[in-house]
Amino acid sequence: MTTGNGVAVRAERVSRHYEMGAAVIRAVDDVTLEIRAGEFVALLGSSGSGKSTLLNLMAGLDRPTGGAIFANGRNLSELNSLELARYRSRTVGMVFQSFNLLPRMTLEENVELPLRLAEVDRGERGARVQEALERVRLEKRLTHRPSELSGGEQQRAALARALVNRPTLLFADEPTGNLDSATGESIMLLLKEIQQKLGMTIVMVTHERPLAERFADRIAALADGKLLTDGVNS
Amino acid sequence: MKAGDLGELALRNLREAVLRSSLTTLGVAVGVASLVAWLSLGIGLQALATKRLSNSGLFDTVIVTQRRNLQGMRRPPAEAAPAADARALDDDAKKDLEKLPNVVEVYSQTRFPTEVRYNGNPYSTIVAGIPVSAKGNGSFDGIQGSFFSGSNADEAILQIEFARDLSTQPSSLIGKDLIVRYAERQALPPQAGGLTGGNNSDPDAGGFSIVPREKKLRIVGIIETEPAAGFGGFGSGRLLIPLEVASSLRAAQVNDLRDAVRAIKGKPVYASLTVRAKSPALVDGIENAIKKMGFGTFSLLDATKNLAVFFKIFDMLLFIFGSLALAVATLGIINTLVMAILERRREIGILKALGAADRDVKQLFFVEASVMGLLGGILGVGFGWLIGRAVTLGTNLYLKQQNLPSTDVFSVPWWLVLLAIALAVLVSLAAGLYPATRAARLNPVEALRYE
Repeated sequence: MTTGNGVAVRAERVSRHYEMGAAVIRAVDDVTLEIRAGEFVALLGSSGSGKSTLLNLMAGLDRPTGGAIFANGRNLSELNSLELARYRSRTVGMVFQSFNLLPRMTLEENVELPLRLAEVDRGERGARVQEALERVRLEKRLTHRPSELSGGEQQRAALARALVNRPTLLFADEPTGNLDSATGESIMLLLKEIQQKLGMTIVMVTHERPLAERFADRIAALADGKLLTDGVNS
Repeated sequence: MKAGDLGELALRNLREAVLRSSLTTLGVAVGVASLVAWLSLGIGLQALATKRLSNSGLFDTVIVTQRRNLQGMRRPPAEAAPAADARALDDDAKKDLEKLPNVVEVYSQTRFPTEVRYNGNPYSTIVAGIPVSAKGNGSFDGIQGSFFSGSNADEAILQIEFARDLSTQPSSLIGKDLIVRYAERQALPPQAGGLTGGNNSDPDAGGFSIVPREKKLRIVGIIETEPAAGFGGFGSGRLLIPLEVASSLRAAQVNDLRDAVRAIKGKPVYASLTVRAKSPALVDGIENAIKKMGFGTFSLLDATKNLAVFFKIFDMLLFIFGSLALAVATLGIINTLVMAILERRREIGILKALGAADRDVKQLFFVEASVMGLLGGILGVGFGWLIGRAVTLGTNLYLKQQNLPSTDVFSVPWWLVLLAIALAVLVSLAAGLYPATRAARLNPVEALRYE
């Protein structure tokens, strides 16, 4: 689903400021960015550049203090908390640097969790979980708990969980940050495969320029909350 | 989130913190047990009192008196003279009372002092006439021996206290004979200067004399209840005989002196009549109808109304005391859930990132609280019941040592079981309100950052 003219998400002069006593932290400051449907965009920047904050705003996890974010043809700032939760549930898939799998649940239960939250019928869930795990090649690890998996496997499981509700937008926050380079590359290949096979829009936060240059269609560089450059990756 | 999924996740969360959840549940159980134990004691005592009164067999009766008589016996009337048209409690009135709807029978009270001779020894007591219909009203349940064989049988039933006066082994009295000595009232012919009332047909118009008489009676039964307690009379009837036998004795009664100086159109009048209703529930209506007829009435329902008020207040106080433990348990639930928020902060963030609404998070905590409340409530009712059994056992051991009959001082009715469990769940939900709201309001970005 797009906001029109093939645009999946559009940030329009978006700001996210925090007040820390008398000081104002401008985590994201007046950023305008358009992400087209099916695009793989890397938000590149060093620590504190505001890339993760911008990702959270686009994923509906946080609300901007200024400007607007349009997704699904709607201004996310105008959605109430229930509508925003539905947006996160049905339109967005999230992958985190630290995987964020629930340790006491098996892989199958972890992947099934978004389906529970989206109130998908029980009868349908098994097949959806199987499909998602097959896509990340973990279908044989259904009953394993996260602690029984390697880092790469955990991130693939997290990816399966993000895909299980068949979202149109996939947001990945430093998905390779906790992985060695070889495993990180395998995850990136998987993301690229998903983008190409499913035509999914992917927005990835990273501080590794080589990774962004190798896999992203476009790179938007941020520093101190401002968008520095935004261009097609040659 | 669907209810089934909420339940599964909540149970999983409780299982993960099994020790803390169990201890919190146990706290609720102790609170509910305290509440159930106190309330069931109040209910048990109320049931015991009501049962004792019900077994008197007088809950379905109304004592009817002539209005002006009672006023005259108590204190001088406010008016100079009693109402001249006060209706007499005579045979006509008795017939009218019998015609009232839901009235089973109407009979006069016969009760008189006597001296009983048994084994050559004298014993003073009160004889009361009992209608044979009283057999089925519950007051003779548990009788040792049997009820009267007929309405004219020369038989007696002894109240246990009096039977103990006669013998240390009361049951051995059944089948034995005793002699009742009483004062028979014999009418005298009308005398000059005596009371006249126009067409005087009263056989006692000339007064009466007192003649000592004796009557041999066979003891057929012994009862522990008091079906002829002082109600409507002047003392507890300890020796019960059939009403028709009692009437045939023409024994002098305490109101005879008053009747001797009363003149109401020359007709014999009753000091009081007993009206028996089809059921205790109908007594109120019958009482009102009789009052409209111009008579004074009294029923045990009047007395039990005060008793009911007393027990309502008593139960309320017990409820307050019992609830204190439940209040402490409530704090335990709040503490457990607040701790759960701290521990599961990151998990709440993940749930929200995956699409959980604030409502889902809130409901999850509510379900966890209510599961602890439900389990605590069920356990608490069980504990409360056990406490009740233990106290009853102890009480009965003590009563046995005191040579008193055993009794059930605790009563746990179904409504109390359901009420206690429902209250435990409600209190748990109330306790979960603050933690659930706090968890629901967590900012997902901040929650995800939490380590």
